[in-house]
Parts: sequence; C-alpha cells; structure tokens
Amino acid sequence: MAQDGASDAVTAPVIVALRGVAKTYDTGTQALDRVDLDIQGGAFLTLLGPSGCGKSTLLHLVAGLARPSAGEITWWDGAFGATGGKGRRIGFVFQSPTLMPWASVAANVRLPLDLAGVARGDADAAVARALARVGLAQSSGHLPRQLSGGMQMRASIARALVTEPDLLLMDEPFGALDEFTRQRLDTELLDLWYAQRFTVVFVTHSIQEAVFLSTRVAVMGAHPGRILDTWDIAEPYPRDESFRLSPRFAAIAQQLSRCVAKASAGALPDSAASRTKARRRLR
Amino acid sequence: MTRNGRDALVRVAAPFAVAVIVLAAWQVLVTVNDVPAYLVPSPLVVAQTLFVDRALLVQSLGVTLGIALTALALATLLGVASALLFVQSRWLEVSLFPYAILLQVTPIVSIAPLIIIWVRDTRLALVLCAVVVAIFPIISNTTLGLRSVDRGLSDLFRLARATRWQTLWRLRVPSALPYFFGGLRIASGLSLIGAVVAEFVAGTGGQGAGLAYQILLAGIQLNIPRLFAALVLIALAGVALFAATVGLSRLALSRWHESALDAES
Repeated sequence: MAQDGASDAVTAPVIVALRGVAKTYDTGTQALDRVDLDIQGGAFLTLLGPSGCGKSTLLHLVAGLARPSAGEITWWDGAFGATGGKGRRIGFVFQSPTLMPWASVAANVRLPLDLAGVARGDADAAVARALARVGLAQSSGHLPRQLSGGMQMRASIARALVTEPDLLLMDEPFGALDEFTRQRLDTELLDLWYAQRFTVVFVTHSIQEAVFLSTRVAVMGAHPGRILDTWDIAEPYPRDESFRLSPRFAAIAQQLSRCVAKASAGALPDSAASRTKARRRLR
Repeated sequence: MTRNGRDALVRVAAPFAVAVIVLAAWQVLVTVNDVPAYLVPSPLVVAQTLFVDRALLVQSLGVTLGIALTALALATLLGVASALLFVQSRWLEVSLFPYAILLQVTPIVSIAPLIIIWVRDTRLALVLCAVVVAIFPIISNTTLGLRSVDRGLSDLFRLARATRWQTLWRLRVPSALPYFFGGLRIASGLSLIGAVVAEFVAGTGGQGAGLAYQILLAGIQLNIPRLFAALVLIALAGVALFAATVGLSRLALSRWHESALDAES
C-alpha cells in the first residue's frame, strides 16, 4: 500500500470529475460539503465511511439521480443533465435487490434494454449472457421470491451489467447478506471487473471489503459528509482468498482502520466520548 | 392428505358445521316454543318458501344482481380512470379528491331520491346510486397503489430514462394491482348494498322488481317466510360476489404477491 503507488491509475483518464460538490436537502440537512473527486476509467473506487457520511448521496449525485446544491460534476468531459446520455451507460446496484416481484428473473434483467427499446432478440441474447456471467443461467424463468438473498443480488448485478455500462455504481450491495455469501459475491464481482474492466464506484462501511476490492479507497467522514483521505491500494489483481488471508491484507486493513478511526475522531472534535472509543479500537 | 388439502377442507367444513348447528338450534327453538311463522319462520319453512316462490325470487335476484354487477363494473372503470388521472397530476388530485370524499361521506339514502327524480330510466338511476356507493374504495386504493412504488425501482426507471408512459405501465400499474384488488373486494359488497338501498328508496315493483322490493312487499303483507327467503338470497349473492373478487385477485396475483401465496412457500 502506498499513497503514491499504482502508476497506471494515475495516468488513466478521468471519466467523472466532481469539483466543490455540496448537497443540502430541502429539510436543511447538509449531506455533503465541498467534495472534490476524480473517478478514473477502469478504477475500482470504494467510498468508505460510517453511516450518515453521505456515501449514498455522493453515489446518487454521480448517477445523476440527484443534483448538487453547489459545485459541478462533469461526466466524460461533458456535463449532461440526465444520466447515461451520449452513448455512455451507468449501471446502478442498490442496497436491496430491488427486483420487480411480478416479473421473472430474465424479465427483470431485460428491463433496462426494454426501456431503451432494444429489439427483443438482441435483448434476450444480452440477458442470457448477463445471467450466465453471474451464474444464474438456470434461474432465468424463476420469480425473485423463489431465489435466495444472494441470488437476488446476483440478478440485480446482472441487470446492472446487461447494458454493458461504462460505470457501475454500487450502494452497499452486499450489506444485508451473511458474511460467507458476501465474501463469495465480493470475489465474483472482482472477477467480473477484472475480466471486463468497467469502472466501479462501490459504497461500503466494511474496511475488509474495501481493502479486498479496491484500487483506491476514499475515506469519508460525517457531519457534514466529506472526503477526508484517499488511499491507493497497489496490490496486484486478480486477488483471491489467499490475499484475504495474507499478512499484507491485515496490515493494509489495520492502516486503513487507523485512518478511519482518526477520521471519525477528528470529525467530531467536540465529542470526547467518541475519541476515546476510537482510540480503544486501535489497540 | 397434504397439509394444504386438509387446510382447505377445514376452511370449508368449519363454517359449514357452524351453519348446521345454528340452523338446527333455530329449528328446535321455533318448534319447541311453537313460535308462529309470521314472527320467526323456521329454517325449514324458509327453505320451503324459497322453493315455492322460486320463479319470483330468482327473477328478483337477477334484477338486483344485474344492477350490482353493472354498478361494480362502472365503478371499477370510472374509479381506475380517476386514479390514473390523479397520479398524472398532483394538481388534479388536490382539486378533485375532496369531492370523491364528499361523495363517500354523504349517505346514499339522502342522495338516492334526487338521482331517482333526475334520471328518468329507473334501472339507470339504481345503477348510478350503487356506483356512488361503490366507487370510493376503488379510487382511493388504486391511487394509493399507483403511488406506492418501490423507491429503488423508481430510481432505476429514471436512470434508464424511461418515459412517463413506460413508468406507468411497467412500474406503477403492476405495483398498484394488490391495492386495486383490495379496493375491488370492498366495492363488491358496497355495490350490492347500494343496489338494495336504492331499490328500497325507489320502491320499483312489477317486472323490474328486485329483492329489496320483495322484502318491502313481504313486510307489508306480513309474509315473513318470503322476507326471510329474499334475505337469504341477498346474503348469498353478497358472499358470491365477494368470493368472485377474491378468486379474481388470486388469479391475477397468485404468481407473486404475498396476499395470494400459501403460508408455506
């Protein structure tokens, strides 16, 4: 791990740039304050932070689902009001599978293509490819309720990948799953990313998940939400179980966890209780 | 026998057993105490009347059911159309919804005479009265359903730049179906109540006489067994209507919605 490492990540083109982006909701809650962030093509960028630090808000802004109150976001060297325009596609995976309960898995995955008016034959072929990629080829005719939580999440990922997106945004996608399923899906996601090299922005509050997956981690703090630190993780891919068990992994996780603890302690300078809690976690 | 089969049997057998016990007790009490038929007719006398007056009663049942079903169909059509309009424009909903509520809270007995005076065709007047009673649950439930769309799915449709039309047909309408069927179930009973109340107010006799008129007439003539027979038919018609809407709802939702799934799956 090195702050200056990953030379290929530095030279990669910036596909989404945020400059001084802030978001205040109508209710007066300040969710984000002056965020500067470059999302580089082919990167696996993780937004890591405690709940309430504006990770999801940041992701929605990048998706174009919300507009910043201040600052500017440019996508692929241009600002376009709505998302995914000009041939650039954005895929989104939500916290929950968010499948239509009345439609089969195949129909759910086909949805983005149906909405874009893709011909049925082409769409079906793309759906079959996407389902095969996430290992759900056998379940295409099933209804979502007939699948386990992990399989529903796979279907959700297949739906996000079916349009061959340039940018895949994932909002704590595996947060509701058990630890085993979560680790398996992390590995599968990384394999997909490594094979296809789309760009991922991944939101999580798990330090282990962030270390395992990312080329770069942005540590966020709350009140108001902002990016406190950015770390490059210069470990080689493909990463697998042996990386998760290696001393390198533990060392990076420890460093990152120290940074997160420092960040969350610094984020609340007036709260002595939270400071001692953070220190205790370091020992 | 499977657990499901046993469940279904119990669901039919238990209410049936209750009916048998109550009817038997009724029969015994009436016979033992020698209660005259013009006060409380025994179940056997009611059954006998049902059989003897079957031509008259079945014709009246047809009239009342016809009115109720026509009204239910109209209420469904108008109610769903209003709900679709309401979700297209907040402005429309805000200006019109209070009137839907006004229609709902005004007792039908007080509007019925006006409708019967204004509308020359009696059958149409009766149908309109029943529509007024039945339409509200359909409007309110369907509107609620069309608005109760999963937040994430709605974001997904926006992300894919879906048109308003695509969002309506592919997302809002399917999401609203369970709510709509809940409204339809309530409306089915209300349409029958509306039809009966309107008939009472109109007091139409002759060829177009419905079950309510038969009850009215039998009451005046102190033909209590026929009154009971007509009552039994109205109750059975209501149960049949309710069962039909439940069946329809199961048919439409059984594949995916919680309300129509067996407890085990």
